Amino acid sequence: MKISENWLRSRVPLTVDSATLCERLDMIGHEVESVERIGDGLAGVVVAQIVACARHPQADRLQVCDVDAGGARLQIVCGAPNARAGLKAPLAMVGARLGTLTIKAAKLRGVESAGMLCSASELGLDADAAGLLELADDAPVGMELAQYLGLPDASIDLGLTPNRADCLSLEGLAIDVAAAFNLPCAPLAIDAVPVQGSRTIEVELQAPADCPRYCGRHIDGIDLAAQSPAWLVARLRRAGLRPISLLVDVTNYVMLELGQPLHAFDADTLHGPIGVRRAREGETLKLLDERELRLDGSFLLITDADRAVALAGLMGGFDTRVTAGTRSVFLEAAHFAPAALAGRARSLGMHTDAAHRFERGVDPELPRRALERASALIIACAGGNAGPIVEAVSTAHLPQRGAVSLRRARIERLLGITVADAEVERIFAALDMRCERSGDGWHVTPPSRRFDIVIEEDLVEEVARIHGYEHIPDRAPGGALATPALREDRVALAALRDQLVGRDYFEAITYAFLASGQLAHWQLDSGALALTNPLSADLAVMRPSLLPGLAAALAGNRRRQQQRVRLFETGNVFAADGSETLRIAGIVCGTAAPEQWGDAPRAVDFFDLKGDVEALLALTNAGAEFAWVPAAAPWAHPGQCAAIERAGQVVGHLAALHPDLGAALDLAEPVFAFELDVEPLSRRAVPRAQGLSRFPSVRRDLSLELPVEVPFAAVARAIRDAVGETLADVVLFDRYMGDKLGSGLKSLAIGLILQDRSRTLTDEDADRCTGLAVAALESACRAKLRG
Amino acid sequence: MSDIEQLTATALADIAAAGSSGVLEQLRVAVLGKSGTLTAQLKQLGALDPQQRKERGAQVNAAKEHIGAALAARKLELERAETAARLVAERIDVTLPGRDGTRGGLHPLTRTLERICGIFARLGYDVADGPEIEDDWHNFEALNFPPDHPARTMHDTFWFGDGRLLRTHTSPVQIRAAKGRTPPIRIIAPGKVYRSDSDQTHSPMFHQVEGLLIDETSTMADLKGTLREFLRAFFDRDFHMRFKPTFFPFVEPGADVIIRWDLPDGGSRWLEVLGCGMVHPAVLRNCGIDPQRYSGFAFGMGVERLAMLRYGVADLRAFFENDVRFLRQFA
Repeated sequence: MKISENWLRSRVPLTVDSATLCERLDMIGHEVESVERIGDGLAGVVVAQIVACARHPQADRLQVCDVDAGGARLQIVCGAPNARAGLKAPLAMVGARLGTLTIKAAKLRGVESAGMLCSASELGLDADAAGLLELADDAPVGMELAQYLGLPDASIDLGLTPNRADCLSLEGLAIDVAAAFNLPCAPLAIDAVPVQGSRTIEVELQAPADCPRYCGRHIDGIDLAAQSPAWLVARLRRAGLRPISLLVDVTNYVMLELGQPLHAFDADTLHGPIGVRRAREGETLKLLDERELRLDGSFLLITDADRAVALAGLMGGFDTRVTAGTRSVFLEAAHFAPAALAGRARSLGMHTDAAHRFERGVDPELPRRALERASALIIACAGGNAGPIVEAVSTAHLPQRGAVSLRRARIERLLGITVADAEVERIFAALDMRCERSGDGWHVTPPSRRFDIVIEEDLVEEVARIHGYEHIPDRAPGGALATPALREDRVALAALRDQLVGRDYFEAITYAFLASGQLAHWQLDSGALALTNPLSADLAVMRPSLLPGLAAALAGNRRRQQQRVRLFETGNVFAADGSETLRIAGIVCGTAAPEQWGDAPRAVDFFDLKGDVEALLALTNAGAEFAWVPAAAPWAHPGQCAAIERAGQVVGHLAALHPDLGAALDLAEPVFAFELDVEPLSRRAVPRAQGLSRFPSVRRDLSLELPVEVPFAAVARAIRDAVGETLADVVLFDRYMGDKLGSGLKSLAIGLILQDRSRTLTDEDADRCTGLAVAALESACRAKLRG
Repeated sequence: MSDIEQLTATALADIAAAGSSGVLEQLRVAVLGKSGTLTAQLKQLGALDPQQRKERGAQVNAAKEHIGAALAARKLELERAETAARLVAERIDVTLPGRDGTRGGLHPLTRTLERICGIFARLGYDVADGPEIEDDWHNFEALNFPPDHPARTMHDTFWFGDGRLLRTHTSPVQIRAAKGRTPPIRIIAPGKVYRSDSDQTHSPMFHQVEGLLIDETSTMADLKGTLREFLRAFFDRDFHMRFKPTFFPFVEPGADVIIRWDLPDGGSRWLEVLGCGMVHPAVLRNCGIDPQRYSGFAFGMGVERLAMLRYGVADLRAFFENDVRFLRQFA
């Protein structure tokens, strides 16, 4: 909310400067978002009146004006199109400084000019540079313009929190500021206007829970020519509102001043009794902004003779609006329950000052006061006869402000400081709260406008806020020790990340939602979980895999001339039912190692990444529990895709991207990627020390020839099963496929490391083991020992 | 000069002139070998009479010793020279780049998250987590945001068809973590959060860390002390720090934490870095904790903001572009 600083100062006798005021506003919870200074540096600018105008002898567009500046008659040359005899306008006298310009006596085209008549823009008041700023006829000639306009002033923009609707008005804000500075602030005295008319209208509350109070009054015989006074316009402008017409300006002004939104109907367009009820399904209403709405039962209506005439608390209707020809007005001031309006404006894509206030809570005791205030302002400016105030009220449905108990000890318990009783009582009194002592504290009754004071903690906050958060010291928490266990049976996510960082991967963070089309390239789009209100089609579905986002990041880096890109990411992926799984994934293209002077460059391949994944698995200290199984995935190269299993359960995949996918992603070269569930990689045993064998090991090498399709895993398994626990390790140290072998054959060179825990193995032992291995390989793997 | 003296002189001259250990070995064989010249002299001794044999024997042996010593000395000399020559030949350019010395790097947001969680871990906080797809209850209602409450408009929410949503803050983890635990509770909850907002200063996905402490004695002074300690540890310097009142439905009283931040132009300004407050009694009750016996504080911070301040990142969007030239700066 924007508000004029001078207006605030008119209600609270502040002696502090503007900066101190703003800092205090911040420190009582009303964040100052910006301060716009208005009308600084107007010294030497006065209200003047043009007495006579004559054409400049040398220039068609200039006039020579005889100007009354109060004490003196001055000759001023002026080029403004609206300069005319009788007009009152600002005059910058000789010696005045407007920004960087100092006004001097000068000759303009040979004619003496002793000052400058000014536009609003030249004075820094407004953007309007079209002509002289026209002042009201009753502006006192010779008065300093700043004094006349109530300048200098500042427009303070406050970011109010949604719990403090009471501060969406000058009155509420003034009470808070006065409390903070320990100054008095009397509520605005509002006298009832004399009732001269007799016109009334019946009001019926058909939805008393939504609208427990409705007040209204007629004012007849309004002067059509009446305009809003300058001081009122100035306060509206500094609150960020444009003046529109007297009736609208007054309703806006009273809303700013007291916080009560008002609505003005053209009384002659209303027929029959006023009603307040929920809309019927499909009922229509044309609003002030000429929008035609089709409504449902969630909206509250103001009706006349059962016709919708306004959307209660949101906006008036078009047919009953006030116009330039309105002579009789019916002013409405009602209390609408926050629950009846919450979210309604938003659902219509509309934001109005009235809805903003009603949603947050407007003082239910305010309507009558606000009506009197508005009536007085209208009648003062435009005459007219006020009718009696009509009021319909359902007391049972009015919000109740019960007393809230505050224990003295609770203040210290929550804030960590003691606040003197006298200060507590001063604060409540200053905030207009009725405060009675009880045994261990107080019973405090908040004023009807404070919707936010419901429980004891709310009162503690009020004490802290006005007393000053700066009085709360810094302390170290006490309490029981509760040191979290350092889990050694878990592999930390950070350890997985560090492993990949150490292997030359950079971590990426990509959006968790992406375009459905992007998933289609991966054939991962079916069943992807979609947002109902995505920001754009590019961010519409939740990722079922980290790889599409990572591949996009890889492609982006390739476009930025990076040849060798290695990225990984950890994050949740989302299934169709909304369940989440934490994954770790990596993607790589380019050479296996950075370009180097001594080694021939080699393109990265499957086994480079397999090494990276094995390094991750090694963190479990149970690498042998993981198995690599040939697998298939729609996005993967059919011959270069492995599933990784732990104890028979798939934990992830490693594969080359299918060339078709690469082409769709504009990645021409081979790209390899892996993605693993983090949970199965996180389980590890706390190490248990084992005794070491004191006996030497023996190595026997085998050279085998076998069909290419027999996987190495089968060979290793056959050897392990055959030799048993004497086998300490199996090492594959060469593999050959080519012309020297028959087609469909490969040769493998395998070292068997044999060791016994209880004795030194003899040659006979080693030969027996080798024999068992060869026999098993012949039968299980169709392998032959090479000569 | 006797023939032996002559032989010795020649041998010594040849040894001194030998240019390699190979030549030296040939000389040794030629003089001291089985059929070497000096060996031949020894063999001839047997034919002499005893007196002559003795004299000549002594001569020959002395010559043998003399030559042997010269051979050994020259051998050592030559070996040293050869080693020296080899070392010269083996000289390399030690400024050539090494092999496989590169290393990747953590994302700056992860760095920042680990830093935040690390500091709180030292203060005894345990890490908790919760789902990113939440229900209305955990994200809003349990945190004291009633349906249609205006406070909800501060959270532009992404929805799914079934009424679930992408969590708009990490605060729901408070509810999940506190429920079923008995105080004292000290938890820190890092994670991704989502709001339907995207421009130069808003990302639809970003990161927060939520902290919660509940015990029988915690006060706002403890909260202030904790957060000052955290900020000092995180930025590795002291700050002017202030609490100023604000509103979050799930705390009462609530506060924004602002710090005095130095600007490059020599000035300074107040910056908002955290939101916090004493846990609202309704929230404690929703966690099954008695608000009369226990009190607690909660705080939340935006990780992107802290990372931008800590590392001088000017544009929020850089975090999600994953340009390796950017990422490399944080390796």
